[in-house]
Amino acid sequence: MGSVSEQLLTLDLLADWLRRYAAIVDEHKTYLTELDSAIGDADHGANMARGTAAVLTHVDDATTIDALLKKAGMTLVSTVGGTSGPLYGTLLMKMGMATGSVVELSAEDFGKALRAGLEGLVARGKTELGDKTMVDALAPALDAYDAALADGSDLHDAVAAAAQAAAAGRDATTPMVAKKGRASYLGERSAGHQDPGATSSTYLFDALADVIGA
Amino acid sequence: MKKLINSPDDVIADALKGVEASDDNVRVDHANRVIYRATPKEAGKVAIISGGGSGHEPMHGGFVGIGMLDAACAGQVFTSPTPDQMLEATTTVDTGAGVLHIVKNYTGDIMNFEMAAEMAADAGIPVETVVVADDVAVQDSLYTAGRRGVGTTVLLEKIVGAAAEEGQDLGAVKVLAQKVADNGRSMGMALTSCTVPSAGKPTFDLPEDQMEIGIGIHGEPGRHREPIGDAKSIAKQLVDPILQDLDFTGSPVIAMLNGMGGTPLIELYLMYGEVVALLKEAGVEISRNLVGNYITSLDMAGCSLTLVKADEEMIRLWDAPVKTAGLRWGL
Repeated sequence: MGSVSEQLLTLDLLADWLRRYAAIVDEHKTYLTELDSAIGDADHGANMARGTAAVLTHVDDATTIDALLKKAGMTLVSTVGGTSGPLYGTLLMKMGMATGSVVELSAEDFGKALRAGLEGLVARGKTELGDKTMVDALAPALDAYDAALADGSDLHDAVAAAAQAAAAGRDATTPMVAKKGRASYLGERSAGHQDPGATSSTYLFDALADVIGA
Repeated sequence: MKKLINSPDDVIADALKGVEASDDNVRVDHANRVIYRATPKEAGKVAIISGGGSGHEPMHGGFVGIGMLDAACAGQVFTSPTPDQMLEATTTVDTGAGVLHIVKNYTGDIMNFEMAAEMAADAGIPVETVVVADDVAVQDSLYTAGRRGVGTTVLLEKIVGAAAEEGQDLGAVKVLAQKVADNGRSMGMALTSCTVPSAGKPTFDLPEDQMEIGIGIHGEPGRHREPIGDAKSIAKQLVDPILQDLDFTGSPVIAMLNGMGGTPLIELYLMYGEVVALLKEAGVEISRNLVGNYITSLDMAGCSLTLVKADEEMIRLWDAPVKTAGLRWGL
């Protein structure tokens, strides 16, 4: 593999990322809804599938990365609804705002955009690590991604490390007691169930790993 | 599932057609799923919007009209509307004096209204937000999303709507709204679950001889489940936690005995009689009241009690004219 600076995330690759994400969500929508039935209101799979399908109708139109991500984010906000719409929407919109009007990103700049997205999501959801939410998958994934790049890994290895950390973070939500969202009304009864939002968040990194062949 | 619907996917769209057909005082933007007053408010007056998941009718669409809301955004059943709907409503109703958003405390509603308020601010429209979190069934702690917003929302929309109608500015309207929110408490109970059309089956299973105390308005679990008792004992289970949470003596109180959608009025009146007796015993003076279905949970059987600790000004605003599908007097 070449050095990190030679490996770029292009507009086309990121459009493929969103397409692949929609495909994975669609494939797992029944599973996501089952997870949500246990501790939420049984609509996560259906809502995310509807939203990501709507994103697909716009991905071809974008001519810059920021436009692609902002439009995808806004589309999720207006079609997913509930809490997942604003959270996923904020993640992508803040990423778009961080990239600027470009057609390719370095691995480092993509990491910075992800970080800006996560910070936006945390501010929107007023969520911390350990609350049994999307953050429990996303934060460890971003940390692993940044650490891998800092250690001199290339993009492929950094994305693979991120996907692995996201999955571990997702699995760690099972024993947690929910402190945010509708699952929190269950209190202790929310423990023993994997978080649906953390689950759909891991698909972001699975999709990225798929499209760059990591 | 037995329901008067065409298909689960079309419930909201079809119901909005009926809302429009039934009431000359409102118009409906079907594309954005927003219910507006047919005749907009005069320029210079603060506008008020609310919204939330559908399934709680008459809230919020039934409270659009003179003396209450300027617009209501309808979400999917039990799902928050989206920021683009709220932004559209906010932009449309603003007369130049700013807009108050009335939000019930659910994570989804909070986030979506927050995004809409940010977008409206970007567009140069001053927006203030009041969050209703009055359900004493939820223990307020750092470990939860906080109390749910329920019955106080109805009384707040009436009182604050009157203040906006008489021309109070956005700052004053916001202060009043917060005061009503801070002084309202609710407690609910269910005899049955409800059936969400898209799910097709009851949200939870409640055996014939059991009731759920402390229920929310979306079929969330209550505080506990127990064998069903008589009306007197159930009334006590609603009144006691409310009075333990806030001292309602020494002020005029507005009371609402609300049906969850599937309970006949005769039982609501019966329950109200029990509640009044208990409140009298506790030294609480009810100045105004509502008995009926105002904030429902689809076809759930059960009821909730809301008390707002008012003052003379709030009572004056409560008595002001109102003309909506859900509340109508003085006009």
